[in-house]
Amino acid sequence: MDSRTLYDKLFDSHVVRHEADDTALLYIDRHLVHEVTSPQAFEGLRLAGRKPWRAQSIVATADHNTPTKDWALGIRDPVSRTQVETLDANIRAVGAKAYFPFLDRRQGIVHVIGPESGATLPGMTVVCGDSHTSTHGAFAALAFGIGTSEVEHVLATQCLLTKKAKSMLIRADGKLAPGVTAKDLILAIIGRIGTAGGTGYAIEFAGDTVRALSMEGRMTMCNMAIEAGARAGMIAVDERTLNYIQGRPLAPAGELWDRAAAYWRTLMSDPGATFDLTHTIDAASVRPQVTWGTSPEMVVSIEDRVPDPDRERDQSRRDWMERALTYMGLEPNTLITDIRIDKVFIGSCTNSRIEDLRQAAAMIRGRHIADNVKLALVVPGSGPVKAQAEAEGLDRVFRDAGFEWREPGCSMCLAMNDDRLEPGERCASTSNRNFEGRQGAGGRTHLVSPAMAAAAAVAGRFVDVRRLF
Amino acid sequence: MEPFRIHTGIVAPLDRANVDTDAIIPKQFLKSIKRSGFGPNLFDEWRYLDRGEPGQDPSTRPRNSDFVLNHPRYHGASILLARRNFGCGSSREHAPWALLDYGFRALIAPSFADIFYNNCFKNGLLPIVLSENDVDRLFHAVKAFPGFRLTIDLDAQSVHTSDGQHAYRFHVEPFRKQCLLHGHDDIALTLAHADEIRAFETKRLAEQPWLA
Repeated sequence: MDSRTLYDKLFDSHVVRHEADDTALLYIDRHLVHEVTSPQAFEGLRLAGRKPWRAQSIVATADHNTPTKDWALGIRDPVSRTQVETLDANIRAVGAKAYFPFLDRRQGIVHVIGPESGATLPGMTVVCGDSHTSTHGAFAALAFGIGTSEVEHVLATQCLLTKKAKSMLIRADGKLAPGVTAKDLILAIIGRIGTAGGTGYAIEFAGDTVRALSMEGRMTMCNMAIEAGARAGMIAVDERTLNYIQGRPLAPAGELWDRAAAYWRTLMSDPGATFDLTHTIDAASVRPQVTWGTSPEMVVSIEDRVPDPDRERDQSRRDWMERALTYMGLEPNTLITDIRIDKVFIGSCTNSRIEDLRQAAAMIRGRHIADNVKLALVVPGSGPVKAQAEAEGLDRVFRDAGFEWREPGCSMCLAMNDDRLEPGERCASTSNRNFEGRQGAGGRTHLVSPAMAAAAAVAGRFVDVRRLF
Repeated sequence: MEPFRIHTGIVAPLDRANVDTDAIIPKQFLKSIKRSGFGPNLFDEWRYLDRGEPGQDPSTRPRNSDFVLNHPRYHGASILLARRNFGCGSSREHAPWALLDYGFRALIAPSFADIFYNNCFKNGLLPIVLSENDVDRLFHAVKAFPGFRLTIDLDAQSVHTSDGQHAYRFHVEPFRKQCLLHGHDDIALTLAHADEIRAFETKRLAEQPWLA
């Protein structure tokens, strides 16, 4: 039999039928649902008099709109509250495999609780009305974000109409330097291939560097595949994958575990499988990354300076850089280490897991945030992450350093709740998007790793974490 | 979904690459549980000078006269000409909803982000990919000729100028084209194969019972 990629195996095993032009009807195993992109889909279903095809595929939570403090007061914004209550009502009406509503101790960011609860398993197709669904590809699942019409389509039919993407292999080899993380690696990759570099592709991340990453690190990488334009990112199964899953509440156990694990071990690209495009990365040379502009591809290392548009030959790119620098309030050629910050955000589906919080805490133990830092937030990815961090005493480390220790949610990654930047404020953020206005109208976002964000909080400006190791 | 066959309209040029869905419709407007009413907040941070919040009366808000959609010559535009990687970022379908609600029926760009591209077809908004050169040519034409219009013929897969002098061919996948031409409800189309889906599912859950 021909050698097949992991993507081939995942895609082909879910094809129910092919339409005439090679569009496939793809079966969906897991449907993750949150409050922002689902209400119109549930309404559409009701208006058409349809029932959900398989409610047991649904795992839902409220995360985008929920406040991260004063939970006893509920959701004060009436519009946000309506959206969250609408999700409650919809799940009550149709049922679900699991629901983690606002105030539940297992509530959290949908892309954190999926893997954490064992709802995300290898070999699955996983969809959600959220572009960062690519996160779940870290478990050798075919996971991708969809729009609300497709949420309705999956609710009604358990399937999606889709075309197979092209395949891309990103192979990273070499040992990451101390202090350099999966976040730096993926930012460096996006800097190289661009935010449209992966458009039309499904990306498999491989190589010794990826194999050496924890599951948290692998999730960070797959999470940002969409920032490189690829709807799906994925990583082959290995023992680390299985160790992470075993014992999770929704994961199989006993004899079923053995059968599942035997199948899951086949979920890797065959030797000799060919990809439409391959990139190789020397991970040992990757330095801590900081974005300077309004797109994740506008990224340099901590040792660099803000780029100078005058050195860019392409006119449209030069215009784009100039607009970004104006928005960001930065002068060309400024040293990255001279950029002072106003706020720090540690959280989001990219970097809010226990390992992220440990890495950040290690930078600030016994230190305090700088005077010019008005607010430093830590928003754990889920209730269980928060509880684990508290059991390890990380909350004390953060609080003693002057950070606010909050309740779980998407928070200032997209600023749908009260956590946001004011116009002109500059933030070191562990999130995934530095678009104009993303963290609040006029806000200026610099994407970094959790260690870099924590170190910046202490210094009041960006610093090279490698010097702190 | 409203079918799309032939459409003629005024073209508005948005001369920026990598326009993301946060820019198309900022997050504070995603709290709505409806599909309609997003048009007044399309490109909110670029269109207005104040901070946009849900529930404002758009007629009382200060407008940014520099922003292209606020130029009188582009009033009533229904075709948006854009640059590469239009619609990148978040999967929010509120982006095509906002474009449609504003009055756009078609978009022309050298490339679109995958999820956004897909979302457009589900709503009767036609995203058309033309080469960088052709898009450049159209930007020049739009800026040079006030009232510049284009006609889009989906069945013929062509875009042409009103004098018929210039025509551009575009590609669209046959299945998507049929859905859009006829305004099909693609859920109904899929449910026509319910037996096949049920059979596939039964077999799958029997072979991999941990998925149940």
